[in-house]
Amino acid sequence: MEHASFIIGSYVVTFGSIALYVVWFLRRSRSTARFADEKDKPWT
Amino acid sequence: MSATSTPTGTRATRALGFATLALTVWLIAFGLFVSAEDVVQGSTVRIMYVHVPSIWVAYVAFALTAVVSAVYLSGKNRSLAWDRVAGASAEIGVLFVAISLITGSLWGRLTWGTYWVWDARLTSTAFLFITYIGYLAVRGLGGTFRQRARRSAVLALLAVLEIPLVHFSVVIWRSLHQESTVANSGTDVELDGLMLFTLFLGIVTFTMLFVWMVLHRQRGLALQDAVDAHGLDVAIGQRRQEAEVR
Amino acid sequence: MSATSTSMKRLVSVARIVMLKDLRAEINSRVLVNQVAPFSVVIMILFAFALDNDGILQRVAPGLVWLATMFSMLVVVQRSFAVETADGALDSLRVAGVDTRALFLGKSLALGVQLCALDIILVATAFFLYNVQLEPSGLLVVFVTVVLACFGLGFIGTLYGGLAAGARGRETLLPLLLLPVVAPVLIGATRATEAGFMSGGAEVSEGWPWSGLLLVFAVIFGVVGSVAFGPLIDE
Repeated sequence: MEHASFIIGSYVVTFGSIALYVVWFLRRSRSTARFADEKDKPWT
Repeated sequence: MSATSTPTGTRATRALGFATLALTVWLIAFGLFVSAEDVVQGSTVRIMYVHVPSIWVAYVAFALTAVVSAVYLSGKNRSLAWDRVAGASAEIGVLFVAISLITGSLWGRLTWGTYWVWDARLTSTAFLFITYIGYLAVRGLGGTFRQRARRSAVLALLAVLEIPLVHFSVVIWRSLHQESTVANSGTDVELDGLMLFTLFLGIVTFTMLFVWMVLHRQRGLALQDAVDAHGLDVAIGQRRQEAEVR
Repeated sequence: MSATSTSMKRLVSVARIVMLKDLRAEINSRVLVNQVAPFSVVIMILFAFALDNDGILQRVAPGLVWLATMFSMLVVVQRSFAVETADGALDSLRVAGVDTRALFLGKSLALGVQLCALDIILVATAFFLYNVQLEPSGLLVVFVTVVLACFGLGFIGTLYGGLAAGARGRETLLPLLLLPVVAPVLIGATRATEAGFMSGGAEVSEGWPWSGLLLVFAVIFGVVGSVAFGPLIDE
């Protein structure tokens, strides 16, 4: 594959940033959930 | 809580999550390896399989923000859940616009030789990005949840008005300057069957990913709001106690 | 007299009062004349140093005029609201039941007038410093452009300025919020002024469609702004 660095780079940027963002907000939820009651989670 | 479960997850989101992950692997396999090289662009077209779905998700995200903002303002149901969905969706939209600008820039470097070109599409996308950064900044201004919700909702609807205006202005601005035909060529590509399928796969995968992310993120915001509200109640309770002691 | 026409009259008279109040505040403090105008002229001079080429300077003069306007606009908008938030005047006005639409219109018009005055100075500066060609027909295009663009900017600046006013740290929000929204006005005004200055071989007549566009923008922002202003400044 020519220009492999750019192409792989695009995929890394795309999925990497998505993964970082997801990990960030999931960890945040986990730490706030420590202070929350069961009634604050109407989806469970 | 088990190690893999999260406070914002349900059985449904777990299922969605696994399905999305499977499709993502499939997309990467097809995008990077299985699908053929383009006649004109060569392997550069592979970037399109993440670039196009990214900007698609961004538009979907901002459209969702606008719709739920309108619902909130219309007054039929003033639940703050609408506001949180608006916020979560806009945040995700900003992420995907950034991704599309970066991947688009990399694609442009390979195709046109430059990282940036002041054509109508790119310029409008840059403005789109800035508009919603501003939206997120306003959401962080503080105040009560209702104030946040109302301000953000109005801003989201203003954005829906501005974006076509900006796009329109930029298009006529660029149409006077015939120099950037460089950008016009090469963006519309002839795709064969397998390439089209991969692109479609990308769009479906990213859309499912978007749904999964919005569900989790807006629940996370709900938790945040609930904890903040408790914190406020606790603080008020403490003040009252202090006043009584005196 | 119907109810709508009396409320319309009331809207107009309150707006007029607010506008005159703001303009009087400006005349008393002379901030525009003493600080903002020199600031914008200095910007124009700095452009000349940066570009350091008479041909290019003449060619990009229209853009520079509107760039300097945008920078100065930030200062003028901040001032327009600093006056209110200093003593909680904005809140008092709203608690007293002043129609936010009238408040918006009054402040926008005052802002528009100030920006017009500023722009006349800037156009004159461009004429003298950048060697811009000005025929009477071109001057007319430029004048109409200035009026329409400045009132458009007045509506936009007041709408978002209200949001960015008050709490410390909010002022940095203003340029971020304004940038995408003023882009259409900036583009239209620059193109129209290009025609008026006959830069790069443009014909003066090409400026009129752009002025028409600026009129449309001004009307849109005026109408939308008067509705959106209230909810946005609600604290």
